[in-house]
Amino acid sequence: MDWQGQKLAEQLMQILLLAFAVVAFATGYILGSFQMMILIYAGGVVLTTLVTVPNWPFFNRHPLKWLEPNEAEKHPKPQQQPVNSKKKSAKK
Amino acid sequence: MHSFGYRANALLTLGVTVLALMCAMASFSDNLNVPSPSAQVQVLNINWFQKQRNGNDEVSLTLNISADLQSMFTWNTKQVFVFLAAEYETPKNSLNQVSLWDGIIPSKEHAKFGIHTTNKYRFSDQGSNLRGKEFNLTLHWHVMPKTGKMFADKIVMTGYRLPEEYR
Repeated sequence: MDWQGQKLAEQLMQILLLAFAVVAFATGYILGSFQMMILIYAGGVVLTTLVTVPNWPFFNRHPLKWLEPNEAEKHPKPQQQPVNSKKKSAKK
Repeated sequence: MHSFGYRANALLTLGVTVLALMCAMASFSDNLNVPSPSAQVQVLNINWFQKQRNGNDEVSLTLNISADLQSMFTWNTKQVFVFLAAEYETPKNSLNQVSLWDGIIPSKEHAKFGIHTTNKYRFSDQGSNLRGKEFNLTLHWHVMPKTGKMFADKIVMTGYRLPEEYR
């Protein structure tokens, strides 16, 4: 899952869960059935799980473009300066 | 959200939080219901009225209890517990409560009832104060919800009196 896929998955999860909660509560209250509220919400949670938890292909539509390896060799990491040499000389 | 486990964990956490919120709202919605229950109790007969060997008065009554508690039931009501208590005053205690009968009402269909019964639990006083005693019969109830707050209230019925003599 790429970066934008992760963002999409999180937003989808939050919106779906809240939407199902609102629908479930409204239906349960209007029908006067607590069981109906729980059933609708449970169905919503299962559906949200199926949509957002597995790594579906549509979460991978923005792959990262890495540099080619030989391109990376042209820009080497800056070398670490030997820091401890000064301290040692100062002590001596 | 980079792995299967993270996404499952996030979904479970938010799912349970939202469920708790829904239950809290369901409990809150019970406050919008204003119940209007009614109850009548008749004392049909004093079966016997005695002083026991230990000095306590005990009386056996035949009661006719009828009540309509349907308006207590909302979508968030699991069951209603009702009990009928005799309440009276003695020189020693300002309030004595003796439970005479109780019942569990499982649904709205059973909430309108009439019952002809002797007292289910013994009506005995701690002492011998019951002769000629004026007492109240009080129907107490506890509305037990599926989630959230439990409600309790009562109806007091006055004007009952026990006989002056043992029989």
